[in-house]
Amino acid sequence: MNYTSQKSLTYNPSLARNIGNRTLTIISALFAFISVLPLILVISYVLIKGGSYINIETLILEPEPPGDDLLSAGGIGPAITGTFIMAVIASIISIPVGVGGGIYLTEYSKSGKFAKFIRFGSNVLAGVPSIISGVFIYAIIVSTKILFGSMFSGIAGGISLSILMLPTIIKTTDEALKLVPDDMRRAALGVGASKFTMITNITLPAAFSSICTGVLLALARAAGETAPLIFTALFSRYYITSFDDLFYEMGSLSVLIYNFALEPYEAQNQLAWAASFILVVVLLSLNILSRWIGSHGAFSKNKL
Amino acid sequence: MKNLKLDIDSYCKLLLRVDKANTSKFSLRKRPTSEKLVDVGFKNIVVAMASMVAVVLFSIFAVVYYESTESISRYGLRFLFNSAWNPVTDEYGAFTAIYGTLITSIASLLIAIPLGVGTAIFITENIIPEYIRNVIGIMVELLAAIPSVVLGLWAVFIMEPFIRPFLNIIYELFGFIPFFSTQPLGAGMMPAILILVVMILPIITSISKDSLKQVPSKLRQAAYGIGASRWTTIFKVIIPAAISGITGGVLLALGRAMGETMAVTMIIGNSNNFSWSIFAPSYTISSMLANQFGEADGSQVSSLMYAALILMILTLLVNVFAQWIVKKLSLKYQ
Repeated sequence: MNYTSQKSLTYNPSLARNIGNRTLTIISALFAFISVLPLILVISYVLIKGGSYINIETLILEPEPPGDDLLSAGGIGPAITGTFIMAVIASIISIPVGVGGGIYLTEYSKSGKFAKFIRFGSNVLAGVPSIISGVFIYAIIVSTKILFGSMFSGIAGGISLSILMLPTIIKTTDEALKLVPDDMRRAALGVGASKFTMITNITLPAAFSSICTGVLLALARAAGETAPLIFTALFSRYYITSFDDLFYEMGSLSVLIYNFALEPYEAQNQLAWAASFILVVVLLSLNILSRWIGSHGAFSKNKL
Repeated sequence: MKNLKLDIDSYCKLLLRVDKANTSKFSLRKRPTSEKLVDVGFKNIVVAMASMVAVVLFSIFAVVYYESTESISRYGLRFLFNSAWNPVTDEYGAFTAIYGTLITSIASLLIAIPLGVGTAIFITENIIPEYIRNVIGIMVELLAAIPSVVLGLWAVFIMEPFIRPFLNIIYELFGFIPFFSTQPLGAGMMPAILILVVMILPIITSISKDSLKQVPSKLRQAAYGIGASRWTTIFKVIIPAAISGITGGVLLALGRAMGETMAVTMIIGNSNNFSWSIFAPSYTISSMLANQFGEADGSQVSSLMYAALILMILTLLVNVFAQWIVKKLSLKYQ
C-alpha cells in the first residue's frame, strides 16, 4: 500500500480550497485598498484644492463678512492664532492634571479600588462625545457668566478642549510609567531618594518620550475639534490685541471651516479649503512627530 | 546584550542624577521635615489631580441632568417616541434624532466592520512584504488624525456630488423598500453613513490589528501543521483568539459613531421630518445639538439637554459594555 502515490504533494491551483483561499486573499487586499482610499482622496483634495488658495494674504488678513465682497474673503490669520491660543489654554490645564493623575495611578496606587475607578472613569470620559463637553461648558461657564461676566470666550473654548485632552494624557502617562522597570524605582529608593525625588528625577525622565507622544496626540485631536467650540468660543473675525480679548469670542480654524463651508459664496468656500489645508498639515505633522518621538524613547513600547 | 548594556548605562546616569539631587553624598542623615512635607504634599496634589477625572465626569452628568429636569418631568419617556419638534407650540420629542443616531451609527458599523477587520487581517498576514503592510497600517491610522470638520467639508463638496448618481440608481431599483423610498437630493443620511465609515474605520482597523498581532504564533503553526489552509486558520483559529479585542474595537467605534458631530451635521441635512428612508435628510442627537443649541431658549434648551442626556447614556452603555467585553474575553490566551 502506498498512500503518497494517490495524491500529489505539489501545489494544485485548481483545487477548491486553493481557489477559495486566493479569492479571500484578493478580497482582503481589496478591503485594504478601499480603507486607504479615503485618506488618499481627502489628503490630495485638501492639499491640492486648499494649497492653491494659500498665499501670504490668506494667512495674515482677517476674514471678511460673507457676501460683502464676492471676489475676496480676506484671510484666516485670526483663526490660526485663535486655534493656537485655545490649544495652549487647553494644554496649560490638561497637561499638569493629566500627568499628575497618571503619576498617582502608577506610582501611588497600582491596583487600589480608587485607581481602578479612575482608570475606568478616564475610559468613560474618553468616550463622552465632544459636543457634550461643549454643552457642559456652556451650561457652567458661558450661561452663568462665571468668568468675570464674559459669556462666549476663548478661555471657555480652551477649557472645553482640555476636557477632551485629559483622558488621553492620563492614560498615556499611566501606560508610560508602567513601562519603566521597577528595579529603577527600588534602586532610587535604596540610595535614599525620597518618593518625590524618585518620581521627578528617575521615573518621569525615563517615561518622558512616551508621555510626550500622548500629549502631542491629545493636542492634535483637540486642535482639530469643532463641536466643543461652537457654543463656547463661538467665532470672531478679529485678531486679539490685548489680554482682555481672551474673555471675548474667539475664532478658530475648525469653526471657520464649519461656518464658511455652509456659506453660499464661492470666496468663503475657498477660505474654508485654505483653512483645512493649514489644519491638516499641522495635525498630520503633529501626529508624525509624536510617532517619531514614541519610537525613539528609552522605554517606549516598540523596544521593550 | 547590546540592549542590556544600554540599560545599565542609563541606569548609572540616573543614579548619578539622584546623587546630585541629594547633595549630601553617602552620609547618614535624618530626612528633613521639609522633604517629608514635599513628599506628602506631592502625593496629595496628584491624588487631587486624579480625582479631577471623577469630578469632571460626575459634574457633566449632574449638569446635563439638572438642566434637563424640566423636560424630563414634563415629557417623561414619551420624549423618546415622539417625533414632533415644534418650538412654536412648545412640543418636543427626540424620536427622529434617536432614530437617525441609531441608524447612521449601526449602518456605518455594518459597512466598516468587514472593511476594517479585512484590512487588519491583510496587514497582519504575510501576503505582501512587511514594509508595505506597515505603510498601509500607518496610512489607515493617519486617517484618524484628519479633523471631522475637514472630512465634512470634503463630504459636502466632493463625495456627495460624486455618489449621488449611484444612490439614484439604488433609489430607482429598490425604491419600493421603505429604507430607500425617497429620492436622494443632496444632503441626507446615506452620505452621513459613508462619512462615518471613514471616521470609524481607523479605530476598528488599528484595534483589530493589535489584537490579531497578539495571537500567539504557536496557534497558527499548529493549525498549519495539521493541514489547515491560510483562511481556515484565520477563520477558525486566529479570529476566535482575537475576538475580544476586535469586539472591543467595534464597540468603541460604535460609541464614536453615535457621538460624532461635525461631519454628520454638515452632511445629514438637518431636518426633523421623520422618514424611514436613508436617502432623506434627517437629524442625529449630536447634529441637533450643534444646530439648535446656540439659538435655543426656554424649554427648548431643556429639551436639547434631555436629548444630550440620552446621547450620553447611550455612549456610556456602549463604552462600559466594550470595557466589560474586553475584560471578560481577553483572559483566554495570556
